[in-house]
Amino acid sequence: MDYSQFLAMKQEIGLLVVFLLVFLYDTFMPKKALKGIPAFTTVLMILATAAGFCSHALGSASHQVAFAGMYETSTVISAIKNILNVGVVIVLIQSARWAGSEFMAVRRGEFYELLLVTLFGMYLMVSARHFLVFVIGLECASLPLAAMVALEKNHYESHEAAVKYILTAVFSSAVFLMGLSFVYGLSGSLYFNRIYYALTAVEGPMLVAALAFVIAGVGFKLSLVPFHLWTADVYQGAPTSVTSYLSVISKGSAAFAFMVILCQVFGSFYSQVWEWMLYALIILTITVGNLFAIRQRNMKRFLAFSSVSQAGYIMLGIIAYNAMGVAAMMYYILVYIFSNLAAFGVIGAIENATGRLSMDDYRGLYKTNPRLSVAMMLAMFSLAGIPPFAGFFSKFFIFTSAINQGSVAIYVLVLIALINTIVSLYYYLLVVKAMFISEDECVIPAFRSSFGERLGLWITVAGILLLGLVSCFYTGLLDMTAADGFLNMYFIG
Amino acid sequence: MEITAIYYLIPALIMFCCGVYGFITRKNMIAILISLELMLNAVDINFAVFNRFLFPEAMEGMFFTLFAIAIAAAETAIAIAIIINIYRAAKNIDVRSLNEMKF
Repeated sequence: MDYSQFLAMKQEIGLLVVFLLVFLYDTFMPKKALKGIPAFTTVLMILATAAGFCSHALGSASHQVAFAGMYETSTVISAIKNILNVGVVIVLIQSARWAGSEFMAVRRGEFYELLLVTLFGMYLMVSARHFLVFVIGLECASLPLAAMVALEKNHYESHEAAVKYILTAVFSSAVFLMGLSFVYGLSGSLYFNRIYYALTAVEGPMLVAALAFVIAGVGFKLSLVPFHLWTADVYQGAPTSVTSYLSVISKGSAAFAFMVILCQVFGSFYSQVWEWMLYALIILTITVGNLFAIRQRNMKRFLAFSSVSQAGYIMLGIIAYNAMGVAAMMYYILVYIFSNLAAFGVIGAIENATGRLSMDDYRGLYKTNPRLSVAMMLAMFSLAGIPPFAGFFSKFFIFTSAINQGSVAIYVLVLIALINTIVSLYYYLLVVKAMFISEDECVIPAFRSSFGERLGLWITVAGILLLGLVSCFYTGLLDMTAADGFLNMYFIG
Repeated sequence: MEITAIYYLIPALIMFCCGVYGFITRKNMIAILISLELMLNAVDINFAVFNRFLFPEAMEGMFFTLFAIAIAAAETAIAIAIIINIYRAAKNIDVRSLNEMKF
């Protein structure tokens, strides 16, 4: 066996090293030193992220295939991993206070270990070119998350959320595996590219059933609409740090993996089968997510439905089915990470200080905590897509890439998505109104949030302001996807 | 009489549908877990049969089955652990008691 092919997995191996170091630290260090785990993990993760960016800058993140084609990496794939890394670093910084609290003393290490394992699973999902590796990555990314959701042992909601999550996760993965067995029966292989060629000659109801099952299975992870019912409950019941991780990192990686599967495995059925499936899913996801978000009063539940509708916008990059769609999707994920983490950062800071989570509690927040309110306002503006902020540019590019596909149906789809953007403006501005205009007798008193929370908010606010205005981010992504020949190969069919 | 692939595929499909039905109708969380296990096992049968009857030259399906069994075991272990936590907190494992959060 040629061991040098492990070098292609340098990002995974780096992450594994981080995981092992954290694990050893947690196991063998004296009790007193365990308070340092949050800082230790954050520093290691920052180093791993920096290493990822360095290898990108030095040009060593080129296209490589390992293990007889089961694993593939290229500039675009390592770029999406870097984007996920950035999100994880921000989550780690923001969660330092919660993880450092007295209550977490026993399971502080577990939170970080489980988080790193799920991230490893997401890496595998993105890089897999064989369904066995993909399924292992998928389960590796979703099972430890159930344990993370259940971390708050004293909260009944946490257990309820965890059981809802694990049961629906297993159900969806069973459906996904059923679809996979049909695909195997039709094509006789589990390699992505061999399935692609074997399926070109196939048609009929079994293929449609297989595709529907596969889309349902991955759609669950992305919380697309008929499969979204777990989202709100899990987001509400889980600890806020876990919710923020679940809503951005898990979703971003699943979206990219979904794109790879649909384009690379089922690319030849784009116009016959899955374009129309996705079409219906996108309309449902955006609309239902928006309509349910309007009536939520709990902030975490509210952001859960907002993230459901955001997943619909991310799907526009897949239905575009061109290289620009990939770039727009990655840019959307990047911007979504920053805007959503800003919102969760504010929610987490307020929850840690006062324990209050309802939108009504935010009334008059501007008078007592002006800086938190401004950060929240920027996050809401960015999520809604108001011009100078990053959210506008990400929506702009994803709509443009979809329109470039050119058919009349897509124009209608983009129009529906645009109308929904206006609907979403209403509920995002409800939060802003509560903070700036409404008044209340029991306003949240002025408090000073911890260093980690402030640092996390500064980073995310800087991202919201700069990601859109500094053009090198999206031109860089566009150039990269256009230059990545292996990516463009998928869009022939 | 020759036993062909269809003799295995139909029972697998029936098993899968029973699993879905049980998942939707059962009120006891352990029963739901058993239904999920039925679904996963139906998938395993499918893979093994497709491999044995349609593509016997490679062992991909068999290996997938092995991994799927291991993954199913991991899933069950985590689900049971969480259900035990629920039992400690609520003193029963009826899904109807999971109603703190809804809509």
